[in-house]
Amino acid sequence: MNIELLTLTEVTAISGQEGDITATLVQHPRYVDTDKCIACGLCAEKCPKKVPDEYNEGLGKRKAIYVPYSQAVPLKYTIDPNNCLYLTKERCGLCETVCPSHAINYLDQKKEITLNVGSVVLSTGFKSFDPSGLDHLSFGKHPDIVTSMGFERVLSATGPQGGHLVLPSDKKHKKEPKKIAWLQCVGSRDENRSKNSYCSSVCCMYAVKQSVMAMDHSKAPLDCAIFYMDMRTQGKDFDTYLEKAKDNGVRFVRSRVHTVMPDPHKGNLVMTYVDELGALKTEYFDMVVLSTGLEISADSFALATGMGIELDASNFINTNSFNPVSTSMPGIYACGVFTGPKDIPQSVMEASAAAAAATEGLAVSRNTLTKAVVKPKEREVAEDAPKIGVFVCNCGTNIGGIVDIPAVAAYAAELPGVVYVEENLFTCSQDTQDKMVEVIRNKGLNRIVVAACTPKTHEELFRETLIDAGLNKYLIEMANIRNQDSWVHSDEPEKATTKAKDLVRMAVAKAFRLAPLFETQLPVSPSALVVGGGIAGMTAALSLSRQGYPVTLVEKNQHMGGNGRQLCKTWKNEEIAPFVKGLIADIEADGQIQTLLGATVESVEGFVGNFKTTVTSVDKTQLIDHGVALIATGAVESKPTEYAYGQHKAVMTLLELDALFMEKDTRLEKAMEVVFIQCVGSRDKEHPYCSKVCCTHAIKSAMAFKKKNPDTGVYVLYRDIRTYGQRETLYREARKAGILFFQYDLDSKPVVTPGENRVSVEFTDTILGRRLCVDADILCLSARIDARDNTHLSQAFKVTADSAGWLLEAHQKLRPVDFATDGVFLCGMSHYPKPVDESIAQAKAAAARALTVLSRNSINVGGIVAQIDPERCAGCGGCVEVCSYNAITMDPEREVAVVNDALCKGCGACAATCPSEAPSLMGFNNDQLYAQIKSALAV
Amino acid sequence: MDKNINTPANPQGAVMVVGGGIAGMQAALDIANSGFYVYLVEKSPAIGGKMAQLDKTFPTNDCAM
Repeated sequence: MNIELLTLTEVTAISGQEGDITATLVQHPRYVDTDKCIACGLCAEKCPKKVPDEYNEGLGKRKAIYVPYSQAVPLKYTIDPNNCLYLTKERCGLCETVCPSHAINYLDQKKEITLNVGSVVLSTGFKSFDPSGLDHLSFGKHPDIVTSMGFERVLSATGPQGGHLVLPSDKKHKKEPKKIAWLQCVGSRDENRSKNSYCSSVCCMYAVKQSVMAMDHSKAPLDCAIFYMDMRTQGKDFDTYLEKAKDNGVRFVRSRVHTVMPDPHKGNLVMTYVDELGALKTEYFDMVVLSTGLEISADSFALATGMGIELDASNFINTNSFNPVSTSMPGIYACGVFTGPKDIPQSVMEASAAAAAATEGLAVSRNTLTKAVVKPKEREVAEDAPKIGVFVCNCGTNIGGIVDIPAVAAYAAELPGVVYVEENLFTCSQDTQDKMVEVIRNKGLNRIVVAACTPKTHEELFRETLIDAGLNKYLIEMANIRNQDSWVHSDEPEKATTKAKDLVRMAVAKAFRLAPLFETQLPVSPSALVVGGGIAGMTAALSLSRQGYPVTLVEKNQHMGGNGRQLCKTWKNEEIAPFVKGLIADIEADGQIQTLLGATVESVEGFVGNFKTTVTSVDKTQLIDHGVALIATGAVESKPTEYAYGQHKAVMTLLELDALFMEKDTRLEKAMEVVFIQCVGSRDKEHPYCSKVCCTHAIKSAMAFKKKNPDTGVYVLYRDIRTYGQRETLYREARKAGILFFQYDLDSKPVVTPGENRVSVEFTDTILGRRLCVDADILCLSARIDARDNTHLSQAFKVTADSAGWLLEAHQKLRPVDFATDGVFLCGMSHYPKPVDESIAQAKAAAARALTVLSRNSINVGGIVAQIDPERCAGCGGCVEVCSYNAITMDPEREVAVVNDALCKGCGACAATCPSEAPSLMGFNNDQLYAQIKSALAV
Repeated sequence: MDKNINTPANPQGAVMVVGGGIAGMQAALDIANSGFYVYLVEKSPAIGGKMAQLDKTFPTNDCAM
């Protein structure tokens, strides 16, 4: 509605200043009129020209007129002008002939577009490293050597092999691979062959995932081996996934592979590598996947440099840790891989962060250019006899290719209450929607059945259509004759048709009994409560205030700053203390932020838009009205229980060492031998997660010793060095500076013996196969980061935590700062250990997500919610117990249960539990469901 | 682009997002849902970006589409 999509469009120039930017764009011709195209696919079916399909990484073919993939948005065909026979040679013209809606326009021209905007967000992403130039890996010389993106397409059900794991070299005989190898760091951590010295951050985890998926796809036992340097699975739950993969039999070999060659005699691929003990090995594989890294495309490079934006040595946008989504150009923000290699959750967080940052300066112009929907008046139909309209969808050939649609339509016409039936090629296409609106109005339809796909993806769309037609949006029922029928019974078209009829009959039976449902509007309290005054909490509070919303900031301690107060420098060498002081000063100077120190949340009532929270501080208790809440309670460095910690003054944690640096302690000057031990208390049976920040923190501290005195012996004992992304630069510098790195495993942990002034640290050099011993002046332990105890807060806000205590987001990939509870958001280390830049990005992201609630005047509640009949309710409280959303309470006076519409999610658990059928779920009441069941059985 | 001028008193209430992958789409949605008009600019014929090419995503093994 307020997003205008400009596809096939590129930015050519921008000018102006933040708040008033003029952008010039060029839109390339599509040669297909998007208003007319109904995506029927006839054009592509008839098009004679086949070209390698980019979407399938060249492993399959597409036509010269195509949609990139079947779920593409917009779902409109495009002519590829470089390959179209008509556009290149003025021959053919078949697509124009067959197009039923006359959408083809060979004369389409490119257009220049000028936009006036307040700010710009760059999110052009990455291109995968092209391994063609790497002779030693033989990419392009054998079809069974694929890139990781190619392998995604091999695994995908919509891919060129239909999701069947067969060798690309022998698709005909459907020969399945028995052994697959993944080669990590192809085009990453490699200055010699690729110029990409950084770590691409995501490849370790996707390789693990692909190996697990491959085993899942394979009928016979599959040998999967991942060849890696360090397993970098530092994200939330990633190590658990890694351990599971090991348990499932995925082999992990610590080695950078020397060569991969096709073996013409044996017909498969031969690989040479040196194993961990230094032995030269040769092994045969059927298939090799190159875990290619992420890099910036030439187009993105040109875009950024054209705008005058500073890039780093690897062409990623230069950002600083305290402004992770700002570029060097005011008014231009960036997110995703353009600012550095990162995974999906981090990209999504940064995207939301960029949304907050890009609109901060524009806050006074909020709602000046957005459009509001004008909805037609709703027709009253509650008392009218059902006049049901049935729309049966072919979904191209998805349903129509299996199910006999005309037969289903004819059958539907005979069902009770049905007055109108229509067959559609795509019921969801824009032109069908427009026609539906007309039909509903002209025929006076008052209940609608759409027999098509799943309500999960399409019910909202059809509800909008009903609104446009002046009908209550709940008067629709969908019959899923695609996912539950044509897709799963494609071998038995006749039975599929019978089942489609059954599904339609059931939907009609329910539609017959549908009643309009109503929503009420509740005003939103336009202010926020932020719990936790560390870097994340303060950043979020400032962001919200700058967007024009008052904030109450609750901090448990007597001072703000959190862990930030104890940190020395970021990995980019930025001083953290002045930054934290600046944040505190900004908070104190901000008239819209009320800070409560020494304060805790006692209790929370209400729901999204209307929370009432009781906060107690030393001298008073107050009730705060707020529309949203952000939880940023941070985490804490654990106290080690091993390596003589607490028994000898030479042994300390990273934060304790930072304190010595800040105090300029003389022991640092005197230290001649310094040892760091990584993963102390992390990544073991009791605490399986990675604390994410310690490798970088330790190496940065190690470098500080080397910089002070290059003669200091500095040793880092590690399990996997996880300097992900551009942090790899630091690791490389450390090695160059002479810091020595020794790998250890859980079964060969270092042994620490306290001496008089020093502690002796004994460990194994795996390459020499020898025990070494260092008498350390300082032994620094990278102690695990622990979650804080958020039990009380979680209960108060009805949010959850995982088994390690990290607060649980609504969806790990796509909703990384939302809780499942509406109106409550999370950021910073309470979510998972993370460095300062990521905490700040997540804090801004949480602010952005909160703004989507705060900027609304009201929220709608009601619709599909439960209602409890007080006459039937015996007051047993069974429904209160099963409700996951705490939406049901007991009315103490009447001793009956009552539903809060704003909290009810319409799951129906109460209705299913109640022995006396007192609750009924609107839109799914017993009458409607029983009718549907009876109809299913009445053949 | 001019670096050194302060934001005008009446800034434009619209934002241009360049790139329609998962990051661009999320940014566009959040900006639009907080009261600003968004132009989402995409070089290719469809939005979705690289994530639309992925099969499943860890750690939940959800379908990426």
